[in-house]
Amino acid sequence: MTFTFDGVAMHAEPGDTLAAALLRNGVRLVGRSFKYHRPRGVMSAGVEEPNALVTVGTGGRTEPNTRATDVFVYDGLVAVSQNRWPSLKFDVGAILGLAAPVFAAGFYYKTFFGPPQRWMLYERFIRRAAGLGPAPTDADPDAFEHRAAFCDVLVVGSGPAGLAAAGAAAAAGERVLLVEQDAELGGTVLADDGDLAPIAAAQAAITAANGRILTRTTASGLWDHGFVTLSQRVTEPGQPGPLAQRYWQVRAKRIVFAAGAIERPLTFAGNDRPGVMLARAVRTYIRRFGVLPGRRVIIATNNDDAYKTADAVAAAGGKVVAILDARHSFSAIARTANQRYPVYLKATPRCALGRGGHLTAVEADTAPGRRAFAADCLAVSGGFTPVVHLHSSGGGKLDWRDDIQAFVPGATLQNLTTVGSAAGEIEAIGAATVSLDHPKSSFIDFQNDVTAADVDLAWTEGYRSVEHLKRYTTLGMGTDQGKTSNMTALARLAGAGASTIPAAGLTTFRPPYTPLTLGALAGPDGGGHAAPSRRLALAARHDAHSPIWQPLGLWHRPRAYPQGAESLHDAALREARAVRTAAGIIDVSTLAKFIVAGPDAAALLEIVCATGVAKLATARGRYTFMLREDGMVTDDGTVWRLGETRYLLTSSTGGADRMEAHLGYAHRVLAPHLRASIVAVQEQLAGIALAGPDAAAILERLISAAPPAHMGVADAIVAGVPVLILAASYSGERAFELYPAGDAAGPVWDALNAAGAVPYGIEALEFLRIEKGHIVVGGEADGRTTPHDLRLERMLRKGGGFIGASALDRPALAAPDRLQLVGLTSPTPIPEGAMLVAAAGAPVEGHITAGGLHVIGDGGVALALLRGGRGRNGETMLATSPTRGTEARVTVTDPIFYDAEGARYRG
Amino acid sequence: MLLIDCPHCGPRAQSEFVYDRTLDAIVQLAMVPSDAMTTLYTRANPRGWSDELWHHRFGCRTWLVVRRQTVTHAIELVRAW
Repeated sequence: MTFTFDGVAMHAEPGDTLAAALLRNGVRLVGRSFKYHRPRGVMSAGVEEPNALVTVGTGGRTEPNTRATDVFVYDGLVAVSQNRWPSLKFDVGAILGLAAPVFAAGFYYKTFFGPPQRWMLYERFIRRAAGLGPAPTDADPDAFEHRAAFCDVLVVGSGPAGLAAAGAAAAAGERVLLVEQDAELGGTVLADDGDLAPIAAAQAAITAANGRILTRTTASGLWDHGFVTLSQRVTEPGQPGPLAQRYWQVRAKRIVFAAGAIERPLTFAGNDRPGVMLARAVRTYIRRFGVLPGRRVIIATNNDDAYKTADAVAAAGGKVVAILDARHSFSAIARTANQRYPVYLKATPRCALGRGGHLTAVEADTAPGRRAFAADCLAVSGGFTPVVHLHSSGGGKLDWRDDIQAFVPGATLQNLTTVGSAAGEIEAIGAATVSLDHPKSSFIDFQNDVTAADVDLAWTEGYRSVEHLKRYTTLGMGTDQGKTSNMTALARLAGAGASTIPAAGLTTFRPPYTPLTLGALAGPDGGGHAAPSRRLALAARHDAHSPIWQPLGLWHRPRAYPQGAESLHDAALREARAVRTAAGIIDVSTLAKFIVAGPDAAALLEIVCATGVAKLATARGRYTFMLREDGMVTDDGTVWRLGETRYLLTSSTGGADRMEAHLGYAHRVLAPHLRASIVAVQEQLAGIALAGPDAAAILERLISAAPPAHMGVADAIVAGVPVLILAASYSGERAFELYPAGDAAGPVWDALNAAGAVPYGIEALEFLRIEKGHIVVGGEADGRTTPHDLRLERMLRKGGGFIGASALDRPALAAPDRLQLVGLTSPTPIPEGAMLVAAAGAPVEGHITAGGLHVIGDGGVALALLRGGRGRNGETMLATSPTRGTEARVTVTDPIFYDAEGARYRG
Repeated sequence: MLLIDCPHCGPRAQSEFVYDRTLDAIVQLAMVPSDAMTTLYTRANPRGWSDELWHHRFGCRTWLVVRRQTVTHAIELVRAW
C-alpha cells in the first residue's frame, strides 16, 4: 500500500497504523507542538497519543488532529503535518522562539485581568502561532448512521481480561457485545507475543451465543442505567466509502469494563524529543508491526514491564545501550536482565540531547554518577494508569493506590465491573524522586506544552486544586484529555507542596473518551433531514401560485404570493387590500384543533380556558385564551359548541404540542373524574379562511344557503366536499373558516379561488391583525403578560376555577409600571423590535412587538408593550432601533386602528 | 439516559418521556391562592428520593408517577397517575 505524508509517497504494510508506517519509513519528526512549535514524533501506540497529530484526508473528508496511532493506513491515504510554516523541518515559529515567553502558565488569566488593549495586541499573534490543524471548509460528503442495540453483557476492551469475561458470559448463554477500539482483538497480547488461542476461542463462543464483536469501536461514554454510546469507524479517517461511521446507543444489562492501562512518561529535560517513546509502544511497534523504532535503545523505567521491551529490541536486532532503573535494588527480572544488558539502579534520565529534532544521546544519573549514552531511541516507563473513564463517566468513585501511584475504580452506581489492568491489576512501581535541572523544557502535558515549570508556577501562585491547575495551565485539555499527563502532573503538584495526590484530586472525566466527529453525532439527521418538514395538505395548490414559503416550527406556510417582480411587501399589501376591499383566502390548516366531547366536556374546557364556555349556545363559538399557572397568557384561540356535549377548541399553530399536553394534564392530573375525551385533530382537518366584504356572497353562492352569522357554526357541502363552517374573523372583515377533511381540501380551495377570493399569505394576515390589534402568542403574549396587560381582563371568567386564576391576584401583577399592550401610530413606518424611549438616550420603556401600516390609507401602525401603557394614550415617544439605524416618532393610542366598532366583521 | 419502566409500554428510554414536576408542586384547582402560589413556587428539592410526575409524551401519553433518587438516578417505582 502507498500513502503520502507531506506530499512524499511512502510504502505501508497491511495492518499498519499511520504511526507504524511513518516509523517504518524512518520518519521521526511528525508535527510541531501546540504552543512552542517544538519538534515532536510518535510517542505511543494508542489513542493516548499527544504528539503525532496529523491532518488526514482531503476536501470535505479532511479530518484534522487525527492521532497517527489511531488511523490504519489504506491505499491512497493522504496525511499532512500540522502547526508548522513554511515546512515541518523548517518552522519559523520554532526558530524565532517567539512563543516561549508569552505562553507561560496563566498567560490567558493574567492577560484577561489586565487592560483590554493587551489582549487585543496578543490575540492576532496567538491566533497565528498556536493551534492544531484547520477545520475543513467543504461539506462532508460522507454518510453516517445511528443504531440502537441491546445486550446482556457489554464488554469494553478485548485484551486478556476482556476476552476472558466475554468468553465466559457467552458460554453462560448471555448475549454479548464486545467492542474494541483497535482494528484487531487482543490488546496487550499483540505487543507481548502472547497466546492468540484465547482470542479465537472467545470469538467462537460469542458468535455461537448470538453475540456481536465490533472492532474500531470506542465506548465513548456511559450514561445512566447502563446506557453506553459507541462510535464505530467503518472506514478510516479520510477514506472514501459508502458509510464512514456508525454511532451506537446501547442499553446493557451488565457492563464489563476492560480498557486496560496507559503507560506514563517520565519527566526530564527534552522528554518531548522525537525518539523518546513509551516503552510498551516501542515493543508494540517491534512485535506487532515489525518496525524497530531505533537501533540504539535506552530503557528508562521504574517497573519490570519495560524489561520486556529490552528483550523485544534485542530480538529484533537492536542494541540495548542501557537500562536505567529508578528502583534502588534489583527485582528478580532486573537481576536476570542484568546478565544480558547493562542495568543501572537508582538511574534516571536527566536530559535527552539531539540534533535537528532527532535524539542522539541521553544524559542520566546512575548509581555510579552522571554519564551520557549515545542512543537514537529512549523507551520510558513511569508505570501504568488504569483507564477509568467509562467507570467515572457512569458516576463511579475512584480509590487511590499508592503502590501503582494511580487511581482505580471504586464504588459504582451502575451494573459495571472493571477487570484487568483497568481495575489496577498492575505491578507496583518504584518510588520516583524527581529533581529537575531544566523544568522549563521538562514536559508534563505534551499536547498542550505544559512543563514542570508551569505546574510549579501555578502552585506558587496559589492554584492548589487540580481543577484550578487544569484551567490555569490548560493541562489535560485537548484531543488526548491528559491521558498520558494527568497523573504525572498530579505527582508534580504533590511534590511541589506538602500535599498528596489523593488530596490534590482528579479532574472529572467526561465523555467522549476519544474525539468524536460531529458527523457521527449528527448521523443521518443532516442537511434536509435536520428536522422533519410538515407540509400542508394544500401545498401543491400553493405551489401553483409560487409563494414565498415561511418555516413556522416544522410547518412551512405561504408568506405571500408575489406576482411578477413584486416585492414581498408589495405582494402582502396587495393581498391585504384584496381582503379589505373584496375577498381573500388563506390556508389556516396549521391551527391546533381539539375535539373535546363527553358529558363533562364544558367543565374540562373551563379548567383550561380563562373565559366562559359553559354558557355557550349550541352552534355558537367565542374567542378564548389560556393561562399558565403563574397567570401569564400562554395561548389563545376559539371554542365552538358543535353539539350538546361536543366542542371544538382551536389554538395557535406554534403552541399545538404544548396545548395537547396542557389539556391532557388538566384532564388526567387535575380532574380525572370528568367524563370527557380529548382528540387532537390538527392534521385531520384542513382549514381555509375566507375573508372580506364579498366573503358572505361568495359562500352563499357555493353552499346555496345563507351563511352563518358572526361566531355561528354550519355544516355544508362545498364543491362536493363536506365542510364545517365557523364564522370567525381574524382579519376584521366578515369571514368564515372552512374545515374539510385534509385529503379532500383541494376542491374547496379551488372553488373559493374560482369564485374570486384571492390567496393571501401570513404576511398579509399580519398587516390585517395588527390593524385590528389582535394579539399573537409569542409576540404580544410573550409569556410575561397577564390578561390585564393585554387588555383581556374583562373576558376573564368570574369565579375562577381555571388554571392560572389563583395567580392573578398577586399584588405585583397590578404594579403600575408593568409592560402593557398599546397601539402606536406614526406618519412613517415603525421598525419592528425597536425600543420605546421618551427621547434619544432616555431609559427604555418598552418595545415594538409588531410593526405594520394602514392597509387602506397612509401611515405606520404598530403594537407595542409599554411600561404603564394603558394610561399613556396621546404621549409621543421615539421608537428607535440603533442596530438597524432606523427610528420613528410615534403616538401612543389604543391598540386598534381599524373599525373599532366591529361593524365590518358582523356583516 | 434513564430507563423508565412504563406500566403500559414496558422499559423505554427517557427520550420518550417528558418530566413535568414533582408531585408536591401540583396546584389543585380548589386551592386558595396563597396555597396555590406556595405549592407552585416553594419546592422541597430533596437530595434523595423524589416523587415526580412524568408524561409518556412520545409513547402511550400516560401521566406517570416516578420515584427517583436525585443523587443516583435510581428509579424505585413507576406507576400510572
